[in-house]
Amino acid sequence: MLDGIWVGLSTAFSFSNLLMVIGGCLIGTFIGMLPGLGPMSIIAIMIPVAISIGDPSAALILLAGVYYGAIFGGSTSSILINAPGVASTVATSFDGYPLARQGKAGKALTVAAIASFAGGSIGAILLMIFAPALASVALLFHSAEYFALMVVGLSAIAAFAGSGQVGKALLMTLVGLMMATVGEGALFNQPRFTMGILDLQSGFGFITLAMAMFALPEALFLVLDPSRSNSGGSSGDIKDLRITKAEAKKIAPVIGRQSIQGFLIGVLPGAGATIASFLGYAVERNIAPKEEQAEFGKGSVKGLAAPESANNAACTGSFVPLLTLGIPGSGTTAILLGALIALNVSPGPRLMIDQPEIFWSVIISMYVGNVILLILNLPLIPYIAKVLAVPRNYLIPFILFFTLMGAYIGQNNATELLMLVGFGVCATLLRFANYPLAPLLIGFILGSMLEDNFSRSMQLYDGIGFIMERPMTMGLLALAVILVVLPTIRARRVRKQELEAAESD
Amino acid sequence: MCQVSVFSRKSWVTNAALVKWEDTMSFIRARRVVAAAALAAMTFSMPTASIAEPVVDSIHFLIPGGAGGGWDGTARGTGEALTKSGLAGTASFENMSGGGGGKAIGYLIENAASQHGTLMVNSTPIVIRSLTGVFPHNFRDLTLVAGTIGDYAAIVVGKDSPINSMSDLLAAYKADKRGTAIGGGSVPGGMDHLVAAMVMEAAGEDATMVKYIPYDAGGKAMAALLSGEISALSTGFSEAIDLANAGEVKIIGVTADERVAAYKDAPTMKEQGIDTTFVNWRGFFGAPGLPEAQVATYQEALAKMYDTPEWEEVRARNGWVNIHNSGEDFHAFLEGQEKAIGDLMKKLGFL
Repeated sequence: MLDGIWVGLSTAFSFSNLLMVIGGCLIGTFIGMLPGLGPMSIIAIMIPVAISIGDPSAALILLAGVYYGAIFGGSTSSILINAPGVASTVATSFDGYPLARQGKAGKALTVAAIASFAGGSIGAILLMIFAPALASVALLFHSAEYFALMVVGLSAIAAFAGSGQVGKALLMTLVGLMMATVGEGALFNQPRFTMGILDLQSGFGFITLAMAMFALPEALFLVLDPSRSNSGGSSGDIKDLRITKAEAKKIAPVIGRQSIQGFLIGVLPGAGATIASFLGYAVERNIAPKEEQAEFGKGSVKGLAAPESANNAACTGSFVPLLTLGIPGSGTTAILLGALIALNVSPGPRLMIDQPEIFWSVIISMYVGNVILLILNLPLIPYIAKVLAVPRNYLIPFILFFTLMGAYIGQNNATELLMLVGFGVCATLLRFANYPLAPLLIGFILGSMLEDNFSRSMQLYDGIGFIMERPMTMGLLALAVILVVLPTIRARRVRKQELEAAESD
Repeated sequence: MCQVSVFSRKSWVTNAALVKWEDTMSFIRARRVVAAAALAAMTFSMPTASIAEPVVDSIHFLIPGGAGGGWDGTARGTGEALTKSGLAGTASFENMSGGGGGKAIGYLIENAASQHGTLMVNSTPIVIRSLTGVFPHNFRDLTLVAGTIGDYAAIVVGKDSPINSMSDLLAAYKADKRGTAIGGGSVPGGMDHLVAAMVMEAAGEDATMVKYIPYDAGGKAMAALLSGEISALSTGFSEAIDLANAGEVKIIGVTADERVAAYKDAPTMKEQGIDTTFVNWRGFFGAPGLPEAQVATYQEALAKMYDTPEWEEVRARNGWVNIHNSGEDFHAFLEGQEKAIGDLMKKLGFL
């Protein structure tokens, strides 16, 4: 292995490959900042360039750089204008946007950058040491476990079910789950609930829905309530990057935990960065002390750091099945695999032996790339954050433009725009009635995976016996219950202690 | 202009590279395959230095799915070979996703009069989806130009599986019918399922009893195979070759008439006593009422394409098999496939 690392080091640190890392990261972050252009589309755009390079190591280093650069940059639009361009940064906007609204945009971007950096770097180190061993972990999960994992992910909605909100949060989750059933699924050969409309045949678009639920209502609120745009504090605050010592202490363990957890979830071919970010958010929210728990969803630095480290670590983790088994776990890695095959590289168990320089140089370039991303991004944060200081009559058209463009560009279909506006108006009305919109999106994103894996398990085991027969499924489901119930139990115990203390007085 | 043309040629490679993974995936929801994105918005034309006398001045390719799918790769690959060899002056491409491909078919029929310069790419799903009624139209509503390439189907098992042949699989299936599941990357009633059912039926089993587990992407089905969740996987042959070359799977049967040159180790179904063949074709259609002279021109250009080195390069890069069916042959082939698939789907209860 040390030989391999040495070969990797010398390949990764060649002048041209360093340029590839820098170039890939730059392109990835900047395009990734635009809502609507996720890592998948950026990689699709970059592949012709990568293939024309000819050298597989350089090409893969460039594409990997674009990939994690895009994930790195993707958090920016979530934080600043509440417009998550990819599913894996939805959880980032839960706390990132409230922080920006409180005038701490600079701080929020810094936390996100540091969490991303830590997630990516820890992921790269884990990848380097454990990649060959983890190949078997990737195959540990069956459909039954993926189903249970999605249930754990759903427990993230607890963060939006504050006092008096439980019913509303559950209702919105249900609406999200129902919306996920529209269109053609993986399991039925007929489209469902499309009412004969051809445009609904492939279901609602994620980006359309994300923009309609998050970004559009925000823009409309800015129009309806002029005072909101000024609550962002003075521009001095917005640019302030500093994280206090107390905050650093708070997020350090979160970042550590979520980097490892996120990486492991990324390794599973059926999970990926989105699930990792929701799980990270759910776990951190539900194990946080009571007083910090209340902050989740309202601008908690922990709530921002958790999904950001998890989704970056998961991206790195998804290279395990890709490089060691040749299995793409997500759409993005499927595109990467296509590029590799076009370059005459077949990823699989033999890659590490036959072409060690590719395997190791990619892993080492990931570490380099994360350092470069941090160096690139930190000095830029004050300027990026200043977007929010733009007067509202310029800012609102800007947000609307990016929202509409994001929804249109993915499908090249104008009907998406009508749906976007329709849902956006509904979402705004729901916001007025104080319904949380995040659970709807969580339900929608997890819904189809939840259903597919559940019905596959039902088919394989001829019923719901798989819950009993597979201990890991049972364990994960139990974990979901614990995560939901734990805060309540803890709160009750604290109350009891207080009561006893009061009695003993 | 020059730069645009360079980008356009290369942008095709992107999609071509994906073809292998998305071969059987026209069934997948668009939002999963979103690779589409930016490229979908772009339509470029490709002027080139002409080598041969052009047969057609220009062809506009209509692609019923987003950038990055199997249809996209086929159209752009064909366009590349035609223009680079000089058989066509220019080629332009338009991605029109929606309705799993139904939108583009409807568009071509409704605007038939103005679409004489257009060729639409399509494949086996047009037959399956017309049968199930997902598409309101079928291939008879269009002008058939030619089937150009194809891919056989294959049944594969994991490299460590005790199963080494179709007879091993059948024995395992007979021993434990509910515990021997076959997976695939299409919905029930979709291509991968039909292939699995066709094979089991030809082997003398009751196809309705076969437990078919659908996955929404080739990668996930593959992971399920290696993790032991399913016993065998029904997939496209070119995809299976890649996996076999990577040392992941054993191909225990291919639905070709005889062993395929690209991977001689894979036995055919026929030589194992299972009398069935299947080809997932891809080909081109014109608008209804396309003048015969024009149809003939397109057919001539496509027929001449097979002899060019430019096509050979594109074909080899994608692992496609040349299966040329022009005009009447194409019609007969499609009718035959429609009947075979329709009968099977009726038997399986999908119609």
